[in-house]
Amino acid sequence: MTDLLWLVIALPLFGATINLLFGKRIGEPISGWLGLGFVGLAWAIAVPATLSLVSGSAHPETIYLFSWIPAVGADIAILWDPLAALMTMIVTGIGSLIHLYSIGYMRGDERYPRYFAFLNLFIASMMMLVLAANYAMMFIGWELVGLCSYLLISFWFTKPSAAAAGKKAFIVNRIGDWGFLVALMIVFASFGTFDFGAIFASGPTVITVGTATAITLLLFVGAVGKSAQIPLYIWLPDAMEGPTPVSALIHAATMVTAGVFMIARSAVLFEMAPVTGAVVAIVGTATALLAALIAIAQTDIKKVLAYSTISQLGYMVLGVGVGAYTAGVFHLTTHAFFKALLFLGAGSVIHAMADEQDMRNMGGLAKKMPITFITMGAAWLAISGMFPFSGFWSKDEILGATFARGGGFVVLWLIGLLVALLTAFYMTRLFVMTFMGKARWSEDVHPHESPASMTIPLVVLGFFTVSAGFVNTPVRLAFEHFLETSFEGVPHIEGLSFGLFSALAGVTLVVATAGIVWGWHKYSRAELPAEDGTFWQRSRAAFGVDDFYGRTIVAPGRKASEWAAETMDTKVLDGTAHGVGSGIRGLGDVLARFQTGQVRGYAGGVAVAGVVLIVVFLVVGGGI
Amino acid sequence: MAEAIVFIIFAAVALVGAVSMVSASNPVYSAMGLLTSMFAIAVLYVVLDAHFIAAVQVIIYAGAVMTLFLFVIMLIGVDKSDAYGTQVPLQRMMTAIVAVGLFGAIALAGRAAWITGSNAFGTPGLNGTAEAIADELFGTWMVVFLSTVMLLTIAAIGTIALAYFKGAPDAEVAE
Amino acid sequence: MTITITWFLLLAAALFSIGVAGVLIRRNALVMFMSIELMLNAVNLTFVAVSNELGLIEGQVAALFVMVVAAAEVTIGLAIIVAVFRTRSSANVDELAEMKG
Repeated sequence: MTDLLWLVIALPLFGATINLLFGKRIGEPISGWLGLGFVGLAWAIAVPATLSLVSGSAHPETIYLFSWIPAVGADIAILWDPLAALMTMIVTGIGSLIHLYSIGYMRGDERYPRYFAFLNLFIASMMMLVLAANYAMMFIGWELVGLCSYLLISFWFTKPSAAAAGKKAFIVNRIGDWGFLVALMIVFASFGTFDFGAIFASGPTVITVGTATAITLLLFVGAVGKSAQIPLYIWLPDAMEGPTPVSALIHAATMVTAGVFMIARSAVLFEMAPVTGAVVAIVGTATALLAALIAIAQTDIKKVLAYSTISQLGYMVLGVGVGAYTAGVFHLTTHAFFKALLFLGAGSVIHAMADEQDMRNMGGLAKKMPITFITMGAAWLAISGMFPFSGFWSKDEILGATFARGGGFVVLWLIGLLVALLTAFYMTRLFVMTFMGKARWSEDVHPHESPASMTIPLVVLGFFTVSAGFVNTPVRLAFEHFLETSFEGVPHIEGLSFGLFSALAGVTLVVATAGIVWGWHKYSRAELPAEDGTFWQRSRAAFGVDDFYGRTIVAPGRKASEWAAETMDTKVLDGTAHGVGSGIRGLGDVLARFQTGQVRGYAGGVAVAGVVLIVVFLVVGGGI
Repeated sequence: MAEAIVFIIFAAVALVGAVSMVSASNPVYSAMGLLTSMFAIAVLYVVLDAHFIAAVQVIIYAGAVMTLFLFVIMLIGVDKSDAYGTQVPLQRMMTAIVAVGLFGAIALAGRAAWITGSNAFGTPGLNGTAEAIADELFGTWMVVFLSTVMLLTIAAIGTIALAYFKGAPDAEVAE
Repeated sequence: MTITITWFLLLAAALFSIGVAGVLIRRNALVMFMSIELMLNAVNLTFVAVSNELGLIEGQVAALFVMVVAAAEVTIGLAIIVAVFRTRSSANVDELAEMKG
């Protein structure tokens, strides 16, 4: 079974090529079904291999495909272990559902086949990242997903804001990638290879704590870019310019989780550097708090979801920062389900409301769109951390692990609790403003339920949103056992006693319920509350972070580039080129005076030269 | 002894002829001077046992080439006025220096460095007859000989082509 | 006083130098050309003299070839001078300065 695993990368790649080359000829619905078929086939191929890992009948293995750069020991090889299998299932499974959804959502778009080609390419790149057996291959996948996110965010590139958003995403990602690349250099300098097996086996013996700290901090810089943490989160809200299924796939379920995945993969290295762990946890918590504060005042439904993604990513980063890798990955999994559901549901709402995205113009959609209403309701409860939905279990595991670390981490636990309150509050606000209350839309909008191709994925995701939590309850840590073999060599955090866990979970539950009640009470009145205070205005403007970057980083950069273009290029470089030309011409003018045209002059020159040469030969030859 | 006297006399004649060629203002006098020089050199060839070459010198050089020169001088006409042209000041002085320098250089090179040997005159065994030369010419140097045949043919053709050159291409220049 | 080849070589050198002087100092194209002929003759004299000294016949063969080439060259050269004269009606070399750069 594992022999066929290379197809998981190759099939979507093939699908992308077909749609790129022949898309126009294949035409509208078929290119979409083709894209769905390739990804679905990849999922189907991965299922038996995953099941045999789950049942314990197979062991993790490395499947060698071919040699890429022998000099640095970088091969193209697949590391198939539980962590990779889990990510494969998430990416191909949710990816297939989103392909299905897109077939209906993107109907009528003039670059329909191109969209599916990019989507397939994204799945292929993400698979390469996830299945990589060495850092070099992971980096290829890392860069490719960045490229695909650029292509997909700026899919409607004729809109200037979309083109700018795509550029912003790519450039900010690149800043993170710089950190990743420097980390790779240090890894190679210390270990001489990129292979995961070799590095993790010899880690504690080969490098010092200082080197490990350097490597992990730089790897975290890469994760900060890709997983939208402070200070490189600014691309994610702008990325909402892309089509909503793209937001669901890339910015909720898969690509942004690549950073968390990479940290989990490098767990052995992170365990060697406690300083980095603390930094990671603090950055994650701060991001979660800041994003939650911004999400409160947003009026665009997709922007709320974007900031909520950043906030939940903060949770995941906090989880892996305190060493609870399985908890972080567990939240990654549950978040993939309910966030994708939220985005697809939002897409369904936007589609029904004829591309209206402002929540102040919605309301009362519950009766018009029942399936969307129910599934989004499930997701809302999950993200707010309600028992027994999946979000409850995963969020509490992270918070429990943070508390268990003790010391300064209790402060982080408190902030995490505050973020849970805020999350419940703003998600309730979103839900109530969209689905409950009085209808606030104008007469010419006719909301209706979306077609089956869009609602079926919603239902499937809804099912997982409700049930996915049960794989890792404290009484039955099946998920953690499943991932054990991926985290060999990582010290296991002392599990909380059942009593302590229940107590902490209870606290979280109370806080979340308080948030929901507060939100419901505030927003289900007849008139929407005016959100006008200073806090509301600052929050709506995302606390001016983008402007700050614009003033401090972008403006000097633009000045430097203008200087380079006008002064350097025009004056110095062009001047040099022209100067050389005119210099040579001047020299030519001087030399031209020797060409008198007088034959006798030339003859005289020959005669004189003859004499000189004879003398030279005599002297040199030793005749004289 | 006899050769020495012959040499001195005819060397003098050659030099006088050469100098007069360079310095005469009338081109016909120049041609006459050169002719004299060539005859003297022919005699010197005979002294050097190069009989065939001497004969060829008289027939070809003195007989054909100089005759051709005289024909052309007569055709073009003589212009006494611009005998010596000086553009650069001291041109004659500099020419004299160059000429003397060249002479000195060649003399030194010729005698001191490059041509070594017995320095004797009249080595026995040198046969300057037509027969000996023909043996060499049509034996070892056949290819070169045929090349010179081609060269002469081409020269003749070229001369005929030039003869048909009608005059200044005023039409093209006027454009 | 016996003759040595050196005398012939010196004479040839002198004739050659006189020829060079003639090329440099005369303006009439025909006289220039004749000076060149003088130079060729000097070379011929050198060839024959050395062939005498070394006892080889090749020197004389070379002299013969030089004569052939000189004859061909004279033919063409004079034809050119005639053609030039036809257009300019002057045999002044200094006026043929069209290659002035």
